[in-house]
Amino acid sequence: MENLHVNGQIIPVDNEGYLRNLEDWSRPVAEQLAQQERIELTEAHWEILQLLRNFYQTYEMSPAMRPLIKAITSELGSDKGKSIYLMSLFPGSPAKLASKIAGLPKPTNCL
Amino acid sequence: MSDNKKSFLIINRKAPYGSSAARDALDVALTISVFEQPLSLLFIEDGVLQLLPEHNAAAIGQKNLSANLAMLEMYDIDQLYVCSQALEQRGVRPADIKLNITLLDQRGIAALIKQQDQVLSF
Amino acid sequence: MTLHLINKTPSESSALSSSLSAVSEGDALLLIENGVYAAMPGYAELFTRLPGSVQCYLLENDVQARGLKDLNQEFRHIDYDEFVELSCRYSKVVSWF
Repeated sequence: MENLHVNGQIIPVDNEGYLRNLEDWSRPVAEQLAQQERIELTEAHWEILQLLRNFYQTYEMSPAMRPLIKAITSELGSDKGKSIYLMSLFPGSPAKLASKIAGLPKPTNCL
Repeated sequence: MSDNKKSFLIINRKAPYGSSAARDALDVALTISVFEQPLSLLFIEDGVLQLLPEHNAAAIGQKNLSANLAMLEMYDIDQLYVCSQALEQRGVRPADIKLNITLLDQRGIAALIKQQDQVLSF
Repeated sequence: MTLHLINKTPSESSALSSSLSAVSEGDALLLIENGVYAAMPGYAELFTRLPGSVQCYLLENDVQARGLKDLNQEFRHIDYDEFVELSCRYSKVVSWF
């Protein structure tokens, strides 16, 4: 993958497009990562991204789909804690895609 | 689906750092949970040392295993069994462990292993 | 005089027991990596027969990494710089790995 260019800075990413350095993440970086995935970030996206970053800070790992849904249910309510809701925001593979845009490592053990 | 289920037990026998055993066991545990198979973890011998809280593994340039173990409940991995004798030998009080654990003696451990379809030891 | 380095837990290998039977007056013992677990309360008995002149040390980074508290008070905690200093101060270093 090509490295990102954000506000004149070069942000290195790995060959799947995940940030190499977690501390490089910022809102403009997230917006550019999202753009590459053809996603326009709305408030609904941001609250999931923030929750993911909190998850990572607590447990030092990116969640697979099931624990992600569990975390969303407990913090944002059961309406949002559904895979169909996540699929609508981050189509395809929500846990992987959302982790990428949140600037986190790719979740392991993710089907 | 339900007749495809097998019960798994992962036995942890090694200290958290100094080898990759603890991290390998965690990887396998998370993978088994993604396939939604019944899973128990058993901590015996030096494996009980993984359960001590508040590691600061950054001091040796590693990731905190204690943070990862706290995540197990998010994966619905909540059957954690601990050898009481191993705790006692090392002078660890069960109250020092912040995870929700069940203490077992030698007979309890033998019974737990006997119940399982598959047992993996790390 | 010798600095004895141990990097395994008491149950992981015979490193600690071998080193303890090889210690002489004026030597020092330094627990590093998984060796630091030997300073847990349950293992205090292992060190009671050491000659009084033997100094015992723990590498603090390894203690912190493992979340260890309330360790054997006979051990002094040292950092990496002091580790280097100790290695130079003793004429021999024996690694019981």
